[in-house]
Amino acid sequence: MAEEITTTEEKTVDKDIAALLTSPPKRAPEPTPELTGKIVKPKIVQGAAAHYKPHVAKPEIQEKLGFPGTLVENWQEAAVAKMRELLGKYKSLQVYMDICVRCGSCTDKCQYFLSTRDPKNMPAGRAELFRQVYRKYFTTEGKIFGKLAGAVDFDLSLLAEWYSYFHQCSQCRRCSLYCPYGIDTAEISMAAREIMDSIGLGQKYTNEIIGKVHELGNNLGMNEAALRNAIEFVEEEIEEDTGVPVKLPINEEDAEVLLVTPSADFFATPHLESLVGYAKVFHQAGINWTLSTTAAEAGNFGMFVGSYYHMQKIASRIKQAIEELRPKRLVVGECGHAWRVAYAFWNTLIGPFDMLNQKYPRPQHICEFTLDLINRGALKIDKSANDEFVVTFHDSCNVARATRMGDKPGGQFDIPRELIKAVTNKYVDMEYDTIRERTFCCGGGGGLLTDELIDVRVKGAMPRMQALHNVMETHGVNFMALICAICKAQFTKIMPKYGIPMEVAGGVHQLVGRAIVLGAKE
Amino acid sequence: MSGLTLLYTLFAYVAIAVFLVGFLARIWKYATTPSPLKIPLTPAPVNSVGVVYRMVQEVGFFKSLFYSNRIIWIGGYLMHIALLITIVKHLRFFFKTTPAALAWITSFEIYVGFIFFGALAFLFLMRLVIDRTYYLSLMQDYVLLIFLMLIAATGILTKYYVRTDIIKVKQFVMGLVQFRPEAIPGDPIFIIHFTLVLLLLIYFPFSKLMHSGGIFFSPTRNQVDDAREVRHVTPWAVKG
Ligand code: SF4
Ligand code: SF4
Ligand code: SF4
Repeated sequence: MAEEITTTEEKTVDKDIAALLTSPPKRAPEPTPELTGKIVKPKIVQGAAAHYKPHVAKPEIQEKLGFPGTLVENWQEAAVAKMRELLGKYKSLQVYMDICVRCGSCTDKCQYFLSTRDPKNMPAGRAELFRQVYRKYFTTEGKIFGKLAGAVDFDLSLLAEWYSYFHQCSQCRRCSLYCPYGIDTAEISMAAREIMDSIGLGQKYTNEIIGKVHELGNNLGMNEAALRNAIEFVEEEIEEDTGVPVKLPINEEDAEVLLVTPSADFFATPHLESLVGYAKVFHQAGINWTLSTTAAEAGNFGMFVGSYYHMQKIASRIKQAIEELRPKRLVVGECGHAWRVAYAFWNTLIGPFDMLNQKYPRPQHICEFTLDLINRGALKIDKSANDEFVVTFHDSCNVARATRMGDKPGGQFDIPRELIKAVTNKYVDMEYDTIRERTFCCGGGGGLLTDELIDVRVKGAMPRMQALHNVMETHGVNFMALICAICKAQFTKIMPKYGIPMEVAGGVHQLVGRAIVLGAKE
Repeated sequence: MSGLTLLYTLFAYVAIAVFLVGFLARIWKYATTPSPLKIPLTPAPVNSVGVVYRMVQEVGFFKSLFYSNRIIWIGGYLMHIALLITIVKHLRFFFKTTPAALAWITSFEIYVGFIFFGALAFLFLMRLVIDRTYYLSLMQDYVLLIFLMLIAATGILTKYYVRTDIIKVKQFVMGLVQFRPEAIPGDPIFIIHFTLVLLLLIYFPFSKLMHSGGIFFSPTRNQVDDAREVRHVTPWAVKG
């Protein structure tokens, strides 16, 4: 079976409902792209990525979120009605449907196209799947000229393409940067997923996690006891390591800072190392802080499925924690999409934050927080603790293109870099075209971080891997610093496939944690 | 009044009405559809002066396109500049006595029609030779380019080869503007030119040409990056 799948020229989307709803067949892993150090514009290969799709969410998962359990009888009608609703609710969607001129300048900017070569993974090719339906049901042009003008019936094979290709978009917004009108395909893929959820065709990975966070307060589905255990374990580790009893307070009322961080930080590697870093920063700066079991998750997968309702419901836990614990400041840990939701959406979703100290940004990124302490001399740093590393930094796309740190535009690039340089001696940037706002996605964002999409993830990481490979060769880089829980999980998983050791990926606060000299202030 | 004049007088009014009503209806739709969340593409300006500057760079220089695809930028920018100059030059038909500034601009013979045509042909060619844009291109993309090329070609013909009587054109246009129909010049090339322009006006609001107005409503480009400082609320998205 594995032989016939290398690159299919024919499209292999599902032809009937049963096929659409079943999981993708188990396949042998596809070959990993070669590390040549170059990111080339490929010739297109139609249908090359048509066989990828994530598991469909089971009825139990769907119904818990208020979505139909399985594909509804009149799905086409329902989908068009939902599309009408969203066109009226989102200016982005309405305007972007109309104004693409198919100039092609976004086409070679998406990591999934560059690696799969499938033209439906070009941003405008992906959006075209949506526009075909839009034209058919909402435009004069489409109603008069039909297929000739690119208006297509929303039939099952088109729905199957939606399900496949809208789950090969990490909503990284790289296309928007390069489009003359700023057309953001992430907005379109969010809307597509929202429509699919509304007709009962949900993605298992994302929707399961949304269910978990509603139920237990974190994406990993850990209960409070497990969380407390994990944190105790971290405390023991730090004490064993350093001899200093660094505490990670939980549910402390009236603390100075409430830290909200992705739950992966409590359990996963290398995420844990960053948690250690945060704890050391607070400890050493003598700042009274707390975690909250109510808000034990900064991540918000509601964004990935375009659901305002779920995004707000997930975010409301943060508000609840603030009300319970009355902290003065709100700080967010290392996570890309979480920082986007926190920075750009929290104020709308759960604001205003009148109860927090107005002297500080509400919320504040942990990198802003730590760099500020270092600049004020509140932490003693021994850079040589990181001398074994030559460090580079991967700009997480959500942080890079959807948020800011500090007061100035671009602070989201400069602040993490300054922080890294404040705790290490050797830093180099990757290639110009792959950093700052031009950064490529890690390949696993936007709800793609699931095993059955591993081939898509490996390929999606290709441009970043090429750039990393280059600085490893030329500058001996052996540490790529990250500020995103998903990036960390993705890179540690896929780098070995490229022959890069997974230890090369780690958190910015992992470096901070190593360099902080504990107990040095007194 | 001849039948032809009557026909074209009505045709012109209908075309202009469809264009104006259609364009404004579209713009109204863009303007009134809410943007529930802050989604500026960062790094973004932190105040509205900055947003104006960003827009000027995009609309005036196609900045994103410049950094994205230099070849398409050259073709697209030349085409748009030539189009702009051509439109400005055509304004002289709307004045009884041509204003000095306009006369001055018109006095430069820079063969702008040829540049316009050439840029269009170049863009047409690019659509065909780059496999990615060839894949993306729809019938209407080619039709529009051909339409514009025909308009350019007939315009060039009336100007340099089968010269149309400018005075008569002016009288006809002035007549339209003042609602006192005048005879249309019977010159076939001119009639074709004029017909194509009117057809284009009618198609405009239903086409991708709406990018001309739509760009100003693109949330990733027109929003201020101030989510933490100012709470952004829109009607359907309020709720505690
Ligand atoms: S760059 Fe923008 S206008 Fe050009 S094809 Fe892509 S989405 Fe369309
Ligand atoms: S948002 Fe990112 S992943 Fe999605 S189409 Fe655009 S560039 Fe590709
Ligand atoms: S995981 Fe990181 S790089 Fe990938 S989409 Fe999220 S923020 Fe971007």
